Amino acid sequence: MAEEIKLMKGNEVVAHAAIRYGVDGYFGYPITPQSEILETLMAEMPWETTGMVVLQAESEVAAINMVYGGAGTGKRVMTSSSSPGVSLKQEGISYIAGAELPCLIVNVMRGGPGLGTIQPSQADYFQTVKGGGHGDYRLITLAPSSVQEMADFVGLGFDLAFKYCNPAIILADGIIGQMMEKVVMPPFRPRKTEEEIIAECPWAVQGKTKNRKANVITSLELDPAKMEENNLRFQAKYRKIEENEVRYEEFQCDDAEYLLVAFGSSARICQKVVEIARGEGIKLGLLRPITLWPFPTKAIAAYADKVKGMLSVELNAGQMVEDIRLAVNGKVKVEHFGRLGGIVFTPDEVLNALKEKLF
Amino acid sequence: MKQEIIIAGFGGQGVLSMGKILAYSGLMEGKEVTWMPSYGPEQRGGTANVTVILSDDPISSPILNEYDIAIILNQPSMDKFESKVKPGGILIYDGYGIHTPVKRTDISVYRVDAMDAATEMKNEKAFNMLILGGLLKIVPMVQLENVLLGLKKSLPERHHKLIPMNEAAIKKGMEIIQKM
Repeated sequence: MAEEIKLMKGNEVVAHAAIRYGVDGYFGYPITPQSEILETLMAEMPWETTGMVVLQAESEVAAINMVYGGAGTGKRVMTSSSSPGVSLKQEGISYIAGAELPCLIVNVMRGGPGLGTIQPSQADYFQTVKGGGHGDYRLITLAPSSVQEMADFVGLGFDLAFKYCNPAIILADGIIGQMMEKVVMPPFRPRKTEEEIIAECPWAVQGKTKNRKANVITSLELDPAKMEENNLRFQAKYRKIEENEVRYEEFQCDDAEYLLVAFGSSARICQKVVEIARGEGIKLGLLRPITLWPFPTKAIAAYADKVKGMLSVELNAGQMVEDIRLAVNGKVKVEHFGRLGGIVFTPDEVLNALKEKLF
Repeated sequence: MKQEIIIAGFGGQGVLSMGKILAYSGLMEGKEVTWMPSYGPEQRGGTANVTVILSDDPISSPILNEYDIAIILNQPSMDKFESKVKPGGILIYDGYGIHTPVKRTDISVYRVDAMDAATEMKNEKAFNMLILGGLLKIVPMVQLENVLLGLKKSLPERHHKLIPMNEAAIKKGMEIIQKM
């Protein structure tokens, strides 16, 4: 079949990709800059074609708890929001992680803290990869840097979430959500049948049959010895994810003397910085973490002996830079450059910062 | 081949939709395209701008230092973007909204009196297509037939009857653009 190519906003394509992946339910609440996800789903009316449920909940808190309930039945369910809304979802996310359920969350970040601004930001890095909710849990975090990846990561996010029975999150920002680009649409897949779900998700609550024990979905365990066991099981799973699921992309790194590290929209801007710097004879490369957790620690550490310095370029006050510093463990100078509160740096600003901080 | 374009004016002038039609036209020609709007609480009367990049190769940053072409449709946008045109680049403006002359001498400057022409056509909505026509006369980066295909793709079907009017406006824009 010929490729189906469209011109679409990052937000719009998330909606289409969800329908095409065979998602069972979307529960959300509108907030700029990601409202087109819910709008597009409502306009497409997938309940009439695939049977997918699309529901505008009464709040973000309600939406994430609908996801919790749907995930408990083995359905492919998702929610999306932007920074302040994702803060509201944190309790639910922690419960879903604690109950070891798969789901997909999309955060199209805007400037904070508080209600902040609707302009793009990457200041929810800490919230996403270091916790956000309470307890020792991790979110599989995918950072798209193009509209194409917004489409592809819906499927990838669900695949990883179901592989590990763990929530996955797409951490995008207002640029990726609002920008239109050429996108090759993912193929249509049918939704899972009840029989397929029972076969693939033996833990799901599906109505107890006579020949098995009741499945119980909970994050509660009052016996601390058992709760520690649960935690150790989570940690073992997280180590496995760290071993198997790290994804990153290198751009002109082979002969690099300086390295930019950036994710999402910042990585796109940094590609241009590399082009301009190479034009000036500066041997600059870019490493783009695609998974923010698991973080490409080893890949970054491998450059510690090869480059003269690294610059973490983020639309925040310096968050991922901490993970880069942990990765290189003092072996090479690591600096940060960012703009805050919804202001986006230009390629020139990044290049000037590189020269100022590392030359 | 790569064209980095900023279109800037008032909200309600059709800035974003002109960018969208240009992006769709590029898509029809098999180009890589990026359409990056300023988004915000802007409404009719506020400022709006969009960056459109058409390229034969994959596009890196949607955020740019400077532009090959700036299409300026009001004074605040002139103040903001005149200095951001690459040396040797192109600035196209609508005479109606601009009251300070372009100061740059290292770029090519063109004027399309699209507001006047739209009024003459008794169709204010033709404004952005008149501008697009002017642009395509100076830099034929996409074929007219692909623009019409792009219009078809970007307009909902119930508005397809407006395509001939848009085509007429594009052609008129090609006629009235003048070098300054």
